[in-house]
Amino acid sequence: MSCDEKVDCGRRRLLVATAAAGGAAGVVAVVPFVASMLPSERAKSAGAPVEADISKLAPGEMMTVEWRGKPVWIIHRTKEMLDGLAKIGDKLVDPQSEKQMQPEYCKNEYRSIKPEIMVAVGICTHLGCSPTEKFKTGAESGVETDWPGGFLCPCHGSTFDLAGRVYKNKPAPDNLEVPPYKYLSDAKIVIGEDTTGA
Amino acid sequence: MAASNFEKFKSDGTLLGNVTEWVDARFPLTSMWKQHLSEYYAPKNFNFWYFFGSLALLVLVMQIVTGIFLTMHYKPDASLNASGVPVAFASVEYIMRDVPWGWLIRYMHSTGASAFFIVIYLHMFRGMIYGSYRSPRELTWLFGVMIFLALMAEAFAGYLLPWGQMSYWGAQVILNLFSAIPFVGEYLATWIRGDFVIGDATLNRMFSFHVIAIPFVLAGLVVAHILALHETGSNNPDGVEIKKKKDEHGIPLDGIPFHPYYTVKDIVGVVVFLMVFSVIVFFMPEGGGYFLEYNNFFPADPMVTPPHIAPVWYFTPYYSLLRAVTYPLFGIDAKFWGVIAMGAGVVIFAFLPWLDRSPVKSIRYRGPLFKVLLAIWVICFFVLGYLGVLAPTPGRTLVSQICTFYYFAFFLTMPIWSKLDKCKPEPDRVTFK
Amino acid sequence: MKKLFVSLLMAPVLAFAAGAELHLDKAPDRSGDVAALQNGAKVFINYCLSCHSASYMRYNRLQDIGLTDDQIRENLLFTADKVGEPMKISMRRVEAKQWFGAAPPDLTVIARARASEFGSGSDWLYTYLRTFFRDDTRPTGWNNTVFANVGMPHVLWELQGEQVMGEDHHLKLVKPGKLTLEEYDTMVADLVGFLKYMGEPVGEFRKSLGVAVLLVLAVLFVLSYALKREFWKDIH
Repeated sequence: MSCDEKVDCGRRRLLVATAAAGGAAGVVAVVPFVASMLPSERAKSAGAPVEADISKLAPGEMMTVEWRGKPVWIIHRTKEMLDGLAKIGDKLVDPQSEKQMQPEYCKNEYRSIKPEIMVAVGICTHLGCSPTEKFKTGAESGVETDWPGGFLCPCHGSTFDLAGRVYKNKPAPDNLEVPPYKYLSDAKIVIGEDTTGA
Repeated sequence: MAASNFEKFKSDGTLLGNVTEWVDARFPLTSMWKQHLSEYYAPKNFNFWYFFGSLALLVLVMQIVTGIFLTMHYKPDASLNASGVPVAFASVEYIMRDVPWGWLIRYMHSTGASAFFIVIYLHMFRGMIYGSYRSPRELTWLFGVMIFLALMAEAFAGYLLPWGQMSYWGAQVILNLFSAIPFVGEYLATWIRGDFVIGDATLNRMFSFHVIAIPFVLAGLVVAHILALHETGSNNPDGVEIKKKKDEHGIPLDGIPFHPYYTVKDIVGVVVFLMVFSVIVFFMPEGGGYFLEYNNFFPADPMVTPPHIAPVWYFTPYYSLLRAVTYPLFGIDAKFWGVIAMGAGVVIFAFLPWLDRSPVKSIRYRGPLFKVLLAIWVICFFVLGYLGVLAPTPGRTLVSQICTFYYFAFFLTMPIWSKLDKCKPEPDRVTFK
Repeated sequence: MKKLFVSLLMAPVLAFAAGAELHLDKAPDRSGDVAALQNGAKVFINYCLSCHSASYMRYNRLQDIGLTDDQIRENLLFTADKVGEPMKISMRRVEAKQWFGAAPPDLTVIARARASEFGSGSDWLYTYLRTFFRDDTRPTGWNNTVFANVGMPHVLWELQGEQVMGEDHHLKLVKPGKLTLEEYDTMVADLVGFLKYMGEPVGEFRKSLGVAVLLVLAVLFVLSYALKREFWKDIH
């Protein structure tokens, strides 16, 4: 861009400078509006831990509590259910729970603190639906004929075992998340808080 | 051709004439009337397919008017009332029961949403068969594609408002799609939701989008769509340019003034449309569970997903495109490519003007290749729509993958086959059939 | 708190074929039958409204089915003081959740919500209320064929009697109730008819208005078509 006689160079310089400064100011002015759509302070502080009483939870049954607007399942697994977990490793994406979908203290074969009590966020890692309990084994569950019991996501058909581990060749990429939790007593669990001070 | 803004109307001495002259000295009323209605020359051979443009405008106005009145009573509030029902859900039932005639306004709005898509899909199909997107009407077509996109956003935002189970879980699935975008996805999804889960913040902003932001955009795009159309003039079922043959006054020989000829004709179309619309509103407002989904009569419950969730029918072809992609690519999740496929499925329409290389515009003079390939494409579109309603099984997924492949192949190979096709010669003047 | 939120999951699954198919009995149509609907309202208020609310339904709306404000006040107004109030319940949701595992759902629009490809919401309710059977593995002692592991006990069991699930997967009445089978089915049909009415009180009026609107549009069609023909006769 060279200045010839027909162009008023001073005017052009001012034009360019005004446009640049105005444009930059305009972009900066967008920031508050965009930022206003982020989670508010109220939303950020809404994650208080919740307590759950598991004294009446019979073996083979589950309960759901709400934590941070999400369902958290507490499953009382029977001996057979626990034994079954070891047998299906080759059908799972991440049988050893290598990926950080659980606190360090739950990175074990049962993905829990006490083997029989499973705690998991009941939200499918695919697109966020809440899977349906399919504890009945075999064809009766309507899942597969050799189904060992677990969960089925109604939205896109992902399946999970009773430790929340995802099966291979399903849309969901990861195991269900295990939230931080700790035992207050044998009968009381607190979800959203653990002994590591998180 | 059209009168300029400076040609002032001269009063004939009557009161109406005096008022018109006064207004015309200050606002281009008469010249706009002439330019867009009484001296806008449209081809005289419009057929059935040409009703849907004016019908789309009618439905837009109807949605805006019913929407204004619904907004007077609806509350975008996800908190639970004393009976344990979300306030938003309860306010819809309040409209349905306690507000005088509220049920009618609500059914008109909910049926109007589906009617809008039926009309728009037919309007777009008209463009496809008669080559309305082709030069010189590319911009009209592009504005149209943008209207379609805005309409989808509008429908999505509106669908969350009743805060039923389908509203909630439908939004959960769709908004979670954004988290599939590498690196920024999770952050983007949280930004759109305004919370870490779908909640009150999400409901409120969707309300804002639905009643303010997107309607403004839509209205602006509709004006641009019509202005662009009136610049080039309308296409017609023969796909020949009527402006090429003009009489001594510069008026196209095959053109007739839009007003009164097409205004009176479109009124017939409007009445027929209103009859069909009324049958749905008054006799089957749920539309067999497709216009108002049964599960949406349960209030949103973040703890339980209904056993079968599917988007509303007008999104299902695109939802099928999304689900058809099941393989990860370049180390990125399949669901990201699904999102890309869904977006591409809509955006690809924008490229039609440049993909089509046929020497003729209208299906009347195009060869068998176009007719067969288009027919298969329509079948694929319906199959995808149907599969989108159903839960996926391996067999259905395979069918949807085949249809998805064809859906895109139809467009992407168009530059080749549209040139090869055996076309018939176009006539000089429009024909009546 | 057992199988807490199963309640909503029972609307039939289209997809995961085996066992998802649901066979529903066709509910008799009670629309416009004022006596039946009034009976249904009475049953609803006596048996359902102690645990379930119908919080969008106002008592005085029952005028639709031929009741006067005085009749409503004297015979049906148990949970509110004024006939203009909605059908709420005194049970608190938190307590209800502890007793039943899930808070009993509001029933105002239940007949619309239960519709599916297997039948109307009325069909579902009509079948559901007639297919409770004894099941000792359940905390309430009851189970249901269309709503497996339902949280609600069989509230109407004294009327229907007790059924058990036979080996052949058919229900058998083992202990008769106060009503005969026909009487019980009629009562349930009335109740379901009322629930359907309550789901959309304006439903009957909507249809009759629709006829009028279509007639007006038909006239308008004739006129507008004549107008179009008149204008278009000079176009060739």
